[in-house]
Amino acid sequence: MKENGSNMFDAIASPAGLITLLSVFGLGALGALVVRAFDHVANFWTAAFAILGSLWGMLFAGSIFVTHHEVAMKVATSSFSGFSVAMHVDKLAAFFIFVISLVAFFCSIYGIGYAKEYYKRFSIGALGFFYNMFILGMLLVVTSFNGLWFLLAWEIMSLASYFLVVYDRTDRKNVKAGYVYLIMTHVGALALLLALALLYHYTHSFDFDGIKAHIAAVPHLALAAVFGLSLFGLGIKAGVIPLHIWLPSAHPAAPSHVSALMSGVMIKTGIYMMIRLFLDIMGPAPLWWGIVVLSVGAVSSLVGVLFALTEHDLKRLLAYHSIENIGIILLGLGSALIFSALHRPELVLLALAAALFHTLNHATFKSLLFLSAGSVIQATHTRNIEKYGGLMKLLPATGLFFLVGSMAISALPPFNGFFSEWLTFQALFGGIAHAGGSAQWVFVAAAASLALTGGLALACFVKAIGATFLARPRSSAARHAKESGFSMKTGMAGLAIACLAIGLAAAPVTRLLQTVSREVTGLSGVASTLHVSGSRTLVVGDHGAVVSGPAVALLLLLVVVLVWAGVRYGVYRRQKVMTGPTWDCGTDLNERMEITATGFSQSIIRVFKSFLLPTLHHAVERHEDENPYQIKSRTVSMQIRDMYQASIYRPLYRLIGMMSRSAEWIHHGNLSAYILYIFAAIIIVLAVGA
Amino acid sequence: MAHYLLWMIQIALVPVVAPLGIGIINKLKARMQGRQGASILQSYRNLRKLLHKDEVIAKDASWIFRVAPFIVFGVTVLVGASIPLFSSMLHLPTSDLLMVVYVLAIGVFFLALAGMDTGSAFGGFGASREVTLGAVAEGVLIFSVLPLVILGGTTNLVVLATGVTSGYVHHLIPILLAAFGFIVALLAEAKRFPFDNPDTHLELTMVHEAMILEYSGKRLALMEWAAANKLFIFSALAVNLFFPFNLISSAGLGQVMIGVVVLLAKMLVVYVGIAVLESLIAKLRYFRLFHLLFVALILSVVAIGLVL
Repeated sequence: MKENGSNMFDAIASPAGLITLLSVFGLGALGALVVRAFDHVANFWTAAFAILGSLWGMLFAGSIFVTHHEVAMKVATSSFSGFSVAMHVDKLAAFFIFVISLVAFFCSIYGIGYAKEYYKRFSIGALGFFYNMFILGMLLVVTSFNGLWFLLAWEIMSLASYFLVVYDRTDRKNVKAGYVYLIMTHVGALALLLALALLYHYTHSFDFDGIKAHIAAVPHLALAAVFGLSLFGLGIKAGVIPLHIWLPSAHPAAPSHVSALMSGVMIKTGIYMMIRLFLDIMGPAPLWWGIVVLSVGAVSSLVGVLFALTEHDLKRLLAYHSIENIGIILLGLGSALIFSALHRPELVLLALAAALFHTLNHATFKSLLFLSAGSVIQATHTRNIEKYGGLMKLLPATGLFFLVGSMAISALPPFNGFFSEWLTFQALFGGIAHAGGSAQWVFVAAAASLALTGGLALACFVKAIGATFLARPRSSAARHAKESGFSMKTGMAGLAIACLAIGLAAAPVTRLLQTVSREVTGLSGVASTLHVSGSRTLVVGDHGAVVSGPAVALLLLLVVVLVWAGVRYGVYRRQKVMTGPTWDCGTDLNERMEITATGFSQSIIRVFKSFLLPTLHHAVERHEDENPYQIKSRTVSMQIRDMYQASIYRPLYRLIGMMSRSAEWIHHGNLSAYILYIFAAIIIVLAVGA
Repeated sequence: MAHYLLWMIQIALVPVVAPLGIGIINKLKARMQGRQGASILQSYRNLRKLLHKDEVIAKDASWIFRVAPFIVFGVTVLVGASIPLFSSMLHLPTSDLLMVVYVLAIGVFFLALAGMDTGSAFGGFGASREVTLGAVAEGVLIFSVLPLVILGGTTNLVVLATGVTSGYVHHLIPILLAAFGFIVALLAEAKRFPFDNPDTHLELTMVHEAMILEYSGKRLALMEWAAANKLFIFSALAVNLFFPFNLISSAGLGQVMIGVVVLLAKMLVVYVGIAVLESLIAKLRYFRLFHLLFVALILSVVAIGLVL
């Protein structure tokens, strides 16, 4: 039996298994187009193939881990020497395939119910096509092993997600968000293309193993340029500050299950390539790379959560939290880079495992939050958090799932977010104690940023839950909200259970992730400072820093149940519990007396005003006779200026505008002149090439 | 057998003794104001009275309001059992610094949600103030213990409390600086002066009282008891992390007695200090509190610099 079992895994962990995985999503995409005339059929087709594909993806990734195989395949033609369809699945790629499949599985179940809203309004076939292509693109990105093939996959992923962002094209804001996304993602792709071209120039190879073999031939300055360009290009996709401007508008614009995939998984492909490039292909990294990545992570996490606090659009709020969590992942990755430059392999393994663990955790709880936000939006038809209120009674299941997601993202035990943040903290503490020199002060700053981030995230989710689900409804839409259907609840429930299960299984998951980091960094024989004892407990160092998922879950459950039982049955059982009106100080309470989300975060904005730069606007409307003493209305509004937009992107737009105006005279509309341009360009390229 | 006894003392100590601490503070404050004051056992009587009363629950509230007191009280019991009190032999898998901070954050989370749940303006503002202060105080808390973490090489609180004794004199200044930072975080987390006035229900300033305004009966008893526990937990951490030397390492009866008595004596100093502080100074304006917290954070960073 055991023999058969391992044979089965061997069979799956093979090129055939990989091709099956990719073709399921390919078939799902093409089939959805074929049956696009029938909304129901297209919806069913999309979901069936995506669910099947994601199940296969999880099985495939699991088989890689069980069998320790690496799947490699390569189709090359001689006419394009640099290009080959090279795919390679090692444990790192398998881990990302697992994360993509896990989230895609639950999002696809959820999507069955969610897509019904679009029946008759938009083409369900197109949604299904781009949805499957999007997942396929992400899978291709994490399996590609050739620079040009990778760029092609990157483009499939970006374009498919662009069309999903502008899917609801009746809203002009969505179209604009998609436009910014399209430009930003292509600026990033250009940077990546330049980085890979630079590597090709010195190593004469686009294949990742070829580059890795000849990496010593690349001079330091060129390597630094490659690092800068790829950090820029991948940072745009990952949404790090200040390259994030597309993210908070693009993610909310897409249908909610796509937002979940974009925020939960797509931005992680940037993280995947950073690990692949900086630690695997281009390693060993010099110290300053790690310091740069760590600083970027510290800024992103703190500023991301502060911007989230100022938001009152539920999905934008979640999108800003993605920036924060990408920052936390980068804290782990940056620490790993620094430790590898300082030759502390035992800490590299800890830090990289922390980064990977947080990648998995953020994928689960962020997609859970986006799905439950989608359920709220479908019930109320607004994204404005001030128009919600009291939904816990009307949408009990959604409320519970949102609560679970909020606890996980606020790093509250026993959910999964706590354990990866614990590991990240341990990595940073290790850096403070052992890095020495100026690097240790970067670690101190990073730890301060993470410590503040945790509390601010909690504040933000208290605000989000309080304004959305608690107290009284603040609009008629919220008063008449209805709970979502079975498939949507199933999708959310699955992810909520995953959040708890990963927390309970923190120790075995970490053990697995440590084997991934060993393989990526090539530190196979080194003892790590992080180890797992008794398959339940995580241990860092040898002085007893331990946490255990099952133990904390059990103890919490135990104390709460005991306290409840003790008070309920222990102390005089005959007291009455009545419900009465909330104390109203003698006036009728109405929904305007509840605290609003804006009011709630007001004091935090004021405390951190040097980061957020809030501005007050006074507007006075007078009567027609312009009598200065008779004022019709007076409004005061507070705005948070997007300082990146104002100080980086506006000047940039102006510069580009100026440059295009100065080149205007070439575009005079004469077709034969344009053909002449093309001819001249070809001649110049050929002449230079020769 | 002796081990079970130790565990029973460890688990029961915080919830049993914590209300006494509140009673002592109130008595001392009364005396300093020239009043006779209630007995130091008054807080037990209050809890008994509340536990036996009927309850009214706001009709706008959801299930969160109903379950929050059990969670808020439960986490203080769990944390109370996890921290070093009188013995260095009692570890739980929750004895980690970050675990303790985040388990207590579960309590803050549900307390703040319960405050918002009734839909009264007081609860909402109390919750807003609580999480705003809590966010910064959490950073101060972690950073003030960080010098000890660097010295001890671990985040396990029980190990930290025993390990800091070696080389204590050598690092006296950073330890004292960090202790100051911790005390500020203590006052913020336990909602005492200058952060919050536990005696008033003045809507402009209250934080903790605003959130529990709608509670009555048993649930109110649990909320007030939990607040007392929280003060006890932070005071015990302050005296045991920064001024250790009393943790016993064997289970003899005499040893246990000495351990508990020394702990309570050290904590009495903290409680007297809080009572004196609350009689001498006024509550700070809300937005000034953050200056105090950031000063504490900077002092902790200085302490880190000194031990590195």
